[in-house]
Amino acid sequence: MSLLQLQGLSKQFGDTKIIRDVNLEIQPGEKHAIIGPNGAGKSTLFHLISGRYHVSSGSILFKGSPIHNRSPFEITRLGLARSFQVTNIFPLLSVFENVRCALLWSMGYRYSFWHLLGKARALNTRTEELLEEIGLHARRNLPAGELAYAEQRALELGIAIASGAEMILLDEPVAGMSHTEATNAVALIRKVTAGKTLIMVEHDMNIVFDLADRISVLVYGEIIASDVPSKIRGNPRVQEAYLGEVVPGGSDA
Amino acid sequence: MFKFAIWIIFAIVIVLLPQFFSSLLSVSILNQMAIAIVFALSYNMLLGQGGMLSFGHAVYFGLGGFMAVHALLGIEDGNYSFSVTLIPLVGGLFGLLAALFIGSFSTHKAGTVFAMISLGVGELIAASSLILVSFFGGEAGVSGDRTYGPTFFGYDFAQDLQVYYLAAAWMFIATLAMYLFTQTPAGRMANAVRDNPERAEFIGYSARRVRLISFVMAGFFAGIAGGLFAVNYEILTEQNLNAVTSGNVLLMAYIGGLGFFIGPMVGAVVLTLVNSVLSHYTTLWMLYLGIMFVLTVMFLPSGLTGFLMMHRTPWHLGKIRLLIKPYIVTAIPGAVFALSLVAMVEMAHTSEAEFVFLGASFNSSGPMSWGVLVAIALASFIALRRSLPQLREAWAQANAIETGDQP
Repeated sequence: MSLLQLQGLSKQFGDTKIIRDVNLEIQPGEKHAIIGPNGAGKSTLFHLISGRYHVSSGSILFKGSPIHNRSPFEITRLGLARSFQVTNIFPLLSVFENVRCALLWSMGYRYSFWHLLGKARALNTRTEELLEEIGLHARRNLPAGELAYAEQRALELGIAIASGAEMILLDEPVAGMSHTEATNAVALIRKVTAGKTLIMVEHDMNIVFDLADRISVLVYGEIIASDVPSKIRGNPRVQEAYLGEVVPGGSDA
Repeated sequence: MFKFAIWIIFAIVIVLLPQFFSSLLSVSILNQMAIAIVFALSYNMLLGQGGMLSFGHAVYFGLGGFMAVHALLGIEDGNYSFSVTLIPLVGGLFGLLAALFIGSFSTHKAGTVFAMISLGVGELIAASSLILVSFFGGEAGVSGDRTYGPTFFGYDFAQDLQVYYLAAAWMFIATLAMYLFTQTPAGRMANAVRDNPERAEFIGYSARRVRLISFVMAGFFAGIAGGLFAVNYEILTEQNLNAVTSGNVLLMAYIGGLGFFIGPMVGAVVLTLVNSVLSHYTTLWMLYLGIMFVLTVMFLPSGLTGFLMMHRTPWHLGKIRLLIKPYIVTAIPGAVFALSLVAMVEMAHTSEAEFVFLGASFNSSGPMSWGVLVAIALASFIALRRSLPQLREAWAQANAIETGDQP
């Protein structure tokens, strides 16, 4: 059974239709990339799936049950986590606290005001491990807002994966990074999402063709193709609509 | 272990304080401080820790206080019999209930929406307190008597000193509880929601629920402070839940420093002192308080505690002595400048012909007196400006980490 199903999904703001009748199925363990020109509605699609926006029509099923129009926190609790295109962290909290807060719900602490964080050994150990994994252990006591850009992106990813979600949405995880930083980030993404289902929006075609098992192309709110990378490369509609005359393979700015 | 030691020292200090300040006046100031500390800390659960700017926190203080006075009256009438030591808890529980009800709709958003609702609710409750006479007693308020009910190990709380120990004990417990709250998941998520409510939702937390928990806790502790007030003064009036009291607690938390747990405690102690000492000397003390607030917002955005904490680096580097001389050089003209301004304000305010300020006698309507004061103000201002570059340089030096010097 598909882990995530989008059925006839549409979203409009006023009269403007941003997402038009999108149907998509994501299988467990799949690494799926969504590409498309600017303004195609990729981020909007993510906002619909993650609960930031309500849908205009259609439905979203996660593990077979509908999640559209539910609150982001409910969707997160079901095991669907996301990162953001514009870094979205807790700037005044330390790096350590950022990660620890992201772990709280999945480790069963809920809204507890009767547990002391200092004595929560399993929680703190897990936080340290995660910091180690995302390479920010040396920065653990710094306010997150003072991290360098690439480090903030790593933290962004760390917060997204902390809950141990089965499905992770990454919105342009390497945007704005230098080549070296992007290479490191891809290695990190590969490492921390191993065994999980991943959907990502990304502009850098090298990374897309490197990471993804399947690619969907979104143009003007419609999915015009959804297939394995090799077939997408050769698809004439995709080349025409999205890639212009150029065959993908080079770096796409 | 270090933190544990601080709490022990804190407990010893509050037990010993009345030994050093034993006059009736100082014990009464100590009582006010204990109440103000609990109130200001509860306010900081909203503003400093939760990012909720409230203009109506006195509502929970006042409602708790009124309920506590009614409980005192109930004990007096023999309706129920429990020790006066538990009265603050009555106030706390009522504050909690009120916060649960009002928070259920006001914590939906932080920011302007929350601030405006808090202002509206504050006005609403203050206005209805004059109308609902049976509970609030109208303009006269409600008075009780704390000496009824069973005694507590021989204490009947007839004397202020006994009330001090009661207030100090509750203050200690409430402070400890509020500190521990900051170390719990709900307390830490309050910080996270303050920083970024949207992301908090994407890690599984309802920002609204997190705010509501902080809000209810703040109401509970404000109610405890109100209950302590009821025991201490044995009377509550509309003044205890109106906008002035709400503004006052904001001043305490802000001037003390929102970003530090002890900030509001420092603010509560300093402002209680300023209020009671200044109001002895001048009727214009509210004006000075306002100026103090504006200056804090402009020059010390992290409050008095933040100012002290700025000195941690020079302290660790062992360079704090570099700052002593420049501080004195700046402080002297600064103080002269401030005092000359105060003298002019007071002289403009006085209705007497002869105006005495710090032992100097002025003719309050004579141009000579004004000329002298303006000259002093100008001279000291210029001296103050001249001293600032040295202070800045000394500050930079005291904070400079030389190689091999890193802590």
